[in-house]
Amino acid sequence: MATLSVCQPQLGGFSFENCKRNAVLEAEVTKLGCNIPSARKTGTTICGVVFKDGIVLGADTRATEGMIVADKNCSKIHYISPNIYCCGAGTAADTEMTTQIISSNLELHSLSTSRLPRVATANRMLKQMLFRYQGHIGAALVLGGVDCNGPHLYSIYPHGSTDKLPYVTMGSGSLAAMAVFEDRYKQDMEEEDAKRLVRDAIAAGIFNDLGSGSNIDLCVITKGRVDYLRPHDMANKKGVRCVYEHEALPHQTGNYKYKQGTTGVLTKSVIKLDLEVVEETVQTMDTS
Amino acid sequence: MNTRGLRSQPKDSVPVTGMGQQVGAYGVQDTLRSGFSSVKNELLPSHALELSEKNFQLNQDKMNFSNLRNIQGLHAPLKLQMEYRAARQIQRLPFLQSSHLALDTLKGNDESISFEDILNDPSQSEMVGEPHIMMEYKLGLM
Repeated sequence: MATLSVCQPQLGGFSFENCKRNAVLEAEVTKLGCNIPSARKTGTTICGVVFKDGIVLGADTRATEGMIVADKNCSKIHYISPNIYCCGAGTAADTEMTTQIISSNLELHSLSTSRLPRVATANRMLKQMLFRYQGHIGAALVLGGVDCNGPHLYSIYPHGSTDKLPYVTMGSGSLAAMAVFEDRYKQDMEEEDAKRLVRDAIAAGIFNDLGSGSNIDLCVITKGRVDYLRPHDMANKKGVRCVYEHEALPHQTGNYKYKQGTTGVLTKSVIKLDLEVVEETVQTMDTS
Repeated sequence: MNTRGLRSQPKDSVPVTGMGQQVGAYGVQDTLRSGFSSVKNELLPSHALELSEKNFQLNQDKMNFSNLRNIQGLHAPLKLQMEYRAARQIQRLPFLQSSHLALDTLKGNDESISFEDILNDPSQSEMVGEPHIMMEYKLGLM
């Protein structure tokens, strides 16, 4: 590029200059049989539920990079505005940047209108942005909050479609979590019931899906109050076998060391090694 | 989970003519300014979003103006476009960074943040345009 002259002023935003080069590199690497590094995904279970006074959002805390756990305790519930929070599944960088951009835009918008932002505004901004990039931004989101019209919960897919529902799940563990929801959801639950339901749904995702794991984070949003419970429940502690409902106590991992004296001693002989002093030198330190 | 994370070769691209090279004097390609080229490079876009992103702002403006014309009559887009044209002239020479404050305020870009503000900030680009060539290009003298 050093030999080309720049005629027009550069524009900001995405630059597609290296796409052809990347395609050629990818073809070369695939011919040799290797893999290009994959983007870090969140391989997640996220869910949300509407209860009597507000919203409960839940998420697990494992981030995966292919078959490896990249982060054992990452935070998947992102702040959008004081009354709106958003869980993100899909490519970790995409969800992070998308939620930060929308949070900034919503802040500017609320300063301009001098009102608390509405969940529908955040939803529309997100869906318009995701549709503009035709699904190349891999962010699947669960958006929930309480505004002047009450509690609202939306699920937003990477291509830009949205659903407004009383309970939603997203991510690789969404089927496990949805099974729990379908069984036990009732309209107008109390806060404790809703927290228990979301905790159980995320636990179902953690134990039945390889891409989800570690702890359970909850976020309870009501009018005028937000409880960000991180961690709400440490479902997978290292060294402790998991607790099921019917077991009383979590037991430690077994101790597999043998006791002293398990193997009988037949004979014992001790050989002393005599060490001769060959040379002794003293080197003074320079402490000036 | 559909991730198009790092895969770059578009599979269902349609050849388009919007990617043409710059044409210099006598209708020949301008190798000095736009580099070596091949027909294959020009025909297919390198990424599915390249064309749509290049024309995004233009298409949005066209849509908004035609909506405005249908709702409020011809005078509304005419007046707006006149104001845009006046505001666009308030800028420094092309090789320097101008703030486009009036244009941004008119378009409403001062109240939103998008990838244009975060990625590839032109004020921090590594390539600096050569003043003479950029002025000639702007005045149409090439």
